Amino acid sequence: MQQQLSFPQSQSLALKYFAAAIVLFGVMVVAGILASIDYVHPQFLFPILPFSILKILHIDVLVIWILMAFMGALFWLLPSEYGRELVGIKLANLMFWIFCATVLAVAAIFVFVQTGPGNERTLWLVNQGRKYVEEPRWAAIIVASGVAVFVYNVVGTAIAAKRTTGVVWVIILNLTPLFFLYLIAFPAPTNISVDQFWWWWLVHFWVEATWEVMIGSIVALVLMRLMGTSRSIVETWLYIEVALVLATGVLGIGHHYFWMGAPAYWLGIGGFFSALEPLPLLGMVVHAVYDAGEHHMKMTNEPAFYWMMAEAFGNFIGAGVWGFMITLPQINLFAHGTQWTASHGHLAFWGAYGCGVISVIYLALQSSRRAPYFGGAAWKWAFALLNGGMIGMGGALMLAGMAQAFYERAIGGSTFNAFVSASSSPWFLEGMGMRLIFGIVFTAGYLILAYDLLTIGRRVAVATHAGGPARAPAE
Amino acid sequence: MFARDPLFWRAGAISSLIVTLAILAMLTADTLSVISTGGANVPAYTVINQQIGYEYVTDRNEYLPTIGGQEPLFGRIYTPGQAEALVREGKLVLQSRACLDCHTMFGTGAYYAPDLTKAWLDPAWEHLWMPMTGTHTRADAMAAFLEHPQQYPTWTREMPDLHLTPAEARAVVAYLKWVSSVKTNGFPYGFKTATAGGT
Repeated sequence: MQQQLSFPQSQSLALKYFAAAIVLFGVMVVAGILASIDYVHPQFLFPILPFSILKILHIDVLVIWILMAFMGALFWLLPSEYGRELVGIKLANLMFWIFCATVLAVAAIFVFVQTGPGNERTLWLVNQGRKYVEEPRWAAIIVASGVAVFVYNVVGTAIAAKRTTGVVWVIILNLTPLFFLYLIAFPAPTNISVDQFWWWWLVHFWVEATWEVMIGSIVALVLMRLMGTSRSIVETWLYIEVALVLATGVLGIGHHYFWMGAPAYWLGIGGFFSALEPLPLLGMVVHAVYDAGEHHMKMTNEPAFYWMMAEAFGNFIGAGVWGFMITLPQINLFAHGTQWTASHGHLAFWGAYGCGVISVIYLALQSSRRAPYFGGAAWKWAFALLNGGMIGMGGALMLAGMAQAFYERAIGGSTFNAFVSASSSPWFLEGMGMRLIFGIVFTAGYLILAYDLLTIGRRVAVATHAGGPARAPAE
Repeated sequence: MFARDPLFWRAGAISSLIVTLAILAMLTADTLSVISTGGANVPAYTVINQQIGYEYVTDRNEYLPTIGGQEPLFGRIYTPGQAEALVREGKLVLQSRACLDCHTMFGTGAYYAPDLTKAWLDPAWEHLWMPMTGTHTRADAMAAFLEHPQQYPTWTREMPDLHLTPAEARAVVAYLKWVSSVKTNGFPYGFKTATAGGT
């Protein structure tokens, strides 16, 4: 089916955001591999590029690439909901380049300047030293401006179109906390308990609430296009998921307040509500499987479909099951702050967000390249290597983390000697070695993914579904 | 059937948001009063002038920080204003050097280097670093190590030289001493503190 882009300006803009997101995904992978080598060979790149800088690059770029992919996804999908182009395309284009320049400048500062004297000037110009939001304040202002332009495009276009849908309402209401919570990136309270209390509002309510609602909304829009699922079914599921995310996730923030000076009642409240947090994620799995079965797995875009399935399962397993494993305070007392947490973090971010945005990118590319069918072998290799690599990394980190929980926390009492002893144990070292190997597998998957995204739909031979295209994608 | 009606679930989403946000607001107000400096769980910054410990309390089945008599830090007692300024400087050093992108504090951070929650109380300062640095107090050993970590490597993972000035190193020590006094619901479990005093 040959078709023009329905909303060429908005969708060209979206493709730019996707391209930047995929490049930054690669930067994150490289920084992650280098950091993982440090665990096996601590003198690697030390002291020129210490672990802390690699870690910062790894996790900050993670936030930025997922955020840019979210923006691209909504810039791509929303015009169809509104029936018109976005209102602030020029502004979003300008912001895109400012955003990219800022990311480059901050990366250069992290690599070449790294740290500064202990004063406010360093926090403004070099490094804020707060996990996930290390970018200096000048850059944080630009990130906030970028999100503001994004919000303006989503809300402003809805007003200009005089038209909204249930999914759009969810997205608009969700963007308000997403923007305001980011402002927590700026202060630097002396009191570490107060600092961590508010910092968790930013991290938890982004990752375990607003981002979950965002990806749920994106999945809803994608399923309508990918499989032709009816709007009422999609909206029903979205509301169920949002209801459960909010009912469990808002007070689920308590599982971050166990050990940072907060009152003991958070042990019960945080443990109980966070234990229920997998429920909405299970709902997404049921939803995805239900839709796939309903449509007899017929689709015209294999990678988009399977990455969406990976998102549903990965979100449930990585965020839900792996999170549940360490969320009860009786276990968290020993597992918290070990590689076990890192295992959960990797699987959750990948399952919940990485897989979902890759699906949307494939969906967008199919329309932009006017390909009637997306298939072939490359995406399957990328899919297998990326997911296999991630599962391997998650398992390896868990092995290392369990060694820490036993030797360092339960037996050793978390002293310096206990930390060294646990981190020198065979379980830990084998775990970190395996993590590096699976990290390389993941990297190979990334390279094939990048190749496939560049060429799919442009290659001469495009595989076709055995049963023929069931339905051409709408935009 | 009502369960298939999107509006039913929309009402559920809105009401669950309202209820949980109302509860969160109440708990936030209470928690902030408990964790504010000088609150029930977080001592005032002048606690750096006192002896701090960490003990298992049998009837509570929990490890709790203990605050004892006067114990000068770097040989002096700080007024509330001086203590706050010193601890503030310590926090700024902690952020400007991205300490928590290797270390953790209250278990939150980067897992590459030891947790700092009870670093002030760690027996390794006396067993390992006091002899290495040729100092006679825990605080001096910590400051000496922080200023020139590359001179005192103890393990394959080394701490990079973050170019701390003597004043910055002392401020970080004060910060770590204050943090060790925060009541953390028994985290870390089973921590074996330094036996000797030593300031």
